[in-house]
Amino acid sequence: MFEILSKEMLTPNICQMRVNAPRIAASARPGQFLIVRADEKGERIPLTISDFDAVQGWVTIVTQAIGASTCDIVSFEVGESFADIAGPLGLPSGFVNESDEVLAGSSYVFIAGGVGTAPVYPQVKWLHDRGVKVDVIVGARTKDLLIYTNRLAQVADNLYICTDDGSEGFHGVGTAMLEKLVSEGKQYTQAVAIGPMIMMKFATACCCKLGIPVIVSLNTLMVDGTGMCGACRVTVGGKTRFACVEGPEFDGALVDFDEAMRRQGQYRSEEAFEKEHHKCRIGRGK
Amino acid sequence: MAERIPRVPVRAQDPEVRAKCFEEVSLGYDRQEAMLEASRCLHCKNPRCVGACPVNIQIPDFIACVAKGDIAGAAAVIAKDSSLPAVCGRVCPQENQCEGSCILGIKGEPVAIGALERFVADNSPSTEVEQAAAGGHKVAVIGSGPAGLACASDLARLGYDVTVFEALHKAGGVLEYGIPEFRLPKEKVLKPAIDTVKALGVKIETDVIVGRTVTIDSLMDSEGFEAVFVGTGAGLPKFMGIPGENLCGVFSANEFLTRNNLMKAWREDYLTPIHAGSKVCVVGGGNVAMDAARTALRLGAEVHIVYRRTEKELPARKEEVSHALEEGIVFDMLTNPVEITGDERGWVKSLRCIRMELGEPDSSGRRSPVPVEGSEFEIPTETVIMALGTSPNPLISSTTAGLEVTRRGCLVASEEGATTRPGVFAGGDAVTGAATVILAMGAGRKAAKAIDEYLASKK
Repeated sequence: MFEILSKEMLTPNICQMRVNAPRIAASARPGQFLIVRADEKGERIPLTISDFDAVQGWVTIVTQAIGASTCDIVSFEVGESFADIAGPLGLPSGFVNESDEVLAGSSYVFIAGGVGTAPVYPQVKWLHDRGVKVDVIVGARTKDLLIYTNRLAQVADNLYICTDDGSEGFHGVGTAMLEKLVSEGKQYTQAVAIGPMIMMKFATACCCKLGIPVIVSLNTLMVDGTGMCGACRVTVGGKTRFACVEGPEFDGALVDFDEAMRRQGQYRSEEAFEKEHHKCRIGRGK
Repeated sequence: MAERIPRVPVRAQDPEVRAKCFEEVSLGYDRQEAMLEASRCLHCKNPRCVGACPVNIQIPDFIACVAKGDIAGAAAVIAKDSSLPAVCGRVCPQENQCEGSCILGIKGEPVAIGALERFVADNSPSTEVEQAAAGGHKVAVIGSGPAGLACASDLARLGYDVTVFEALHKAGGVLEYGIPEFRLPKEKVLKPAIDTVKALGVKIETDVIVGRTVTIDSLMDSEGFEAVFVGTGAGLPKFMGIPGENLCGVFSANEFLTRNNLMKAWREDYLTPIHAGSKVCVVGGGNVAMDAARTALRLGAEVHIVYRRTEKELPARKEEVSHALEEGIVFDMLTNPVEITGDERGWVKSLRCIRMELGEPDSSGRRSPVPVEGSEFEIPTETVIMALGTSPNPLISSTTAGLEVTRRGCLVASEEGATTRPGVFAGGDAVTGAATVILAMGAGRKAAKAIDEYLASKK
């Protein structure tokens, strides 16, 4: 049922797939995620929804092949089907429920890193469609690892590209770009940072320094994604929250990132073992 | 009457062998043993066991069939009241229900009703049941656990067009994700039980999270369901709120068991990771605590159960406690955790506990434990599993207008299962908070009857 309608490798290990999932497409909102189980013996992998079309009944997912299960997901070809996709999960982005007046007075800046650039797209698109001012900063290590820049360029007021090695755009990290923009007089009422946990930690620190409130989207460990297992526990403002049902978006200033990063790596040794003993099938057909 | 026949013991796998594998522990009766055990029933004129069974199975009648060797007849008797005998024979707390009220138990050992029920279910082909003509009325059942399956099968028998919506990728609810293989084999016992429900015409749609993928409103307004049964159980894990609970190596029993049961982490051919380590402390004393402890043991750990009262107050089934003890699990009773300490990498190092003593009885009638001042001590451990109970998931109540919940998050429902919203019924743990498989089944069946009456009155 969850048939893959199209597939595109955005970088050597980041893959975009459009998948048939009518029920999810009809209910999805920006900021939500879903869970994919590639086949009978695979894990349940949480992935953010990068785009959706309620009328045509598809959702887009962007997966970075890093472990055995994500390698499996990426190895699927057009015409094949995933065993399961469940969602949409988590709460939609906070701005979805904001009034037009509040939104009209807002000015957003998104700081996107790595595979986290993809889920930024539906959020920026949603805000753009409502006439909200949105700038987007996309960062990557090098030019070849940049994703979604063309699509973001169509919906962002300004798109700023940054590479660590200077191979494209601004030479430096996304937070340095943000500091530069603010020093040049740009004013933002809200920042949203999505990317690797460490990047969101630094983006939060930067935004706090600049006095811009910042929302982060936490990609914690999960099993069911419905509040049942508690693997996604994260300390926010001194309280334990479940990222799957109370998140995935939280006020970055309140998140205990060091704990979140440690918890994210809980199964690292088990995962390394699986990957070593698992044949990655990307690019070799099935 | 001459010397009575003693209760026929149920054969079990050798504790040393079973502590290292996930094969079913209890082997059950063979035909001869079952017939002998069945001959012990006194056939009381006023059988107390029937009243003590939440679904009122005609226990003496099915036992009489077993005694005669008529297993198919026994199965037909049970099928009138229960759709999951192979499951209930294995997981019901019989000592508090049917067997607990057996007259033979006053002076000696009660009839092994649970073991006999299991024998009948395991040794009879699925029985044909009468099915009313389909009326075409659509009913949605949310959750494919014991409450949902029982409600769905009764409704299907009454001729309704029933669809069960399951949030996970596999049907069965707690029977699939919670209860381990060694207590309830999935392929051998659970799958056939679910197939029987499907054979009645019930459709099961997995990967649908009601409250997210769809809502009760969209099911009723856009998909044409005329009534809804909410049997979503009690899936939210509780934590203690002590320092260190978010350290790496602290898991809810739900996570640990779901990884192992639903996600099959114990099997090498599945990708799911699980972490038990060399030593595990399980906090809690219920069936879930026993399941988590015995699972950790089978994954190779030394396992301690940490419980704040004494062995006498353990809420787990007697059989689970004795099986756990036989397998070598250490019971640290009158012990309550106060903190989990961690190492410099953020992993669990020890469980700091305080000794307890029993004080006055509390509202549940159990003597409440009070801490012994100055008695703190540390149990070095690699993993801590919290098995402190669960509460209902707010995903449905928070997305459905007109559905009232109690302070504890349980859905408000009448004895028959009617919620505060017309057309929406509920039963099982979602209403009562965490309880038993058989109580959930009973509630599902009552609600099926109420739904039938509700839809008949609407016509």
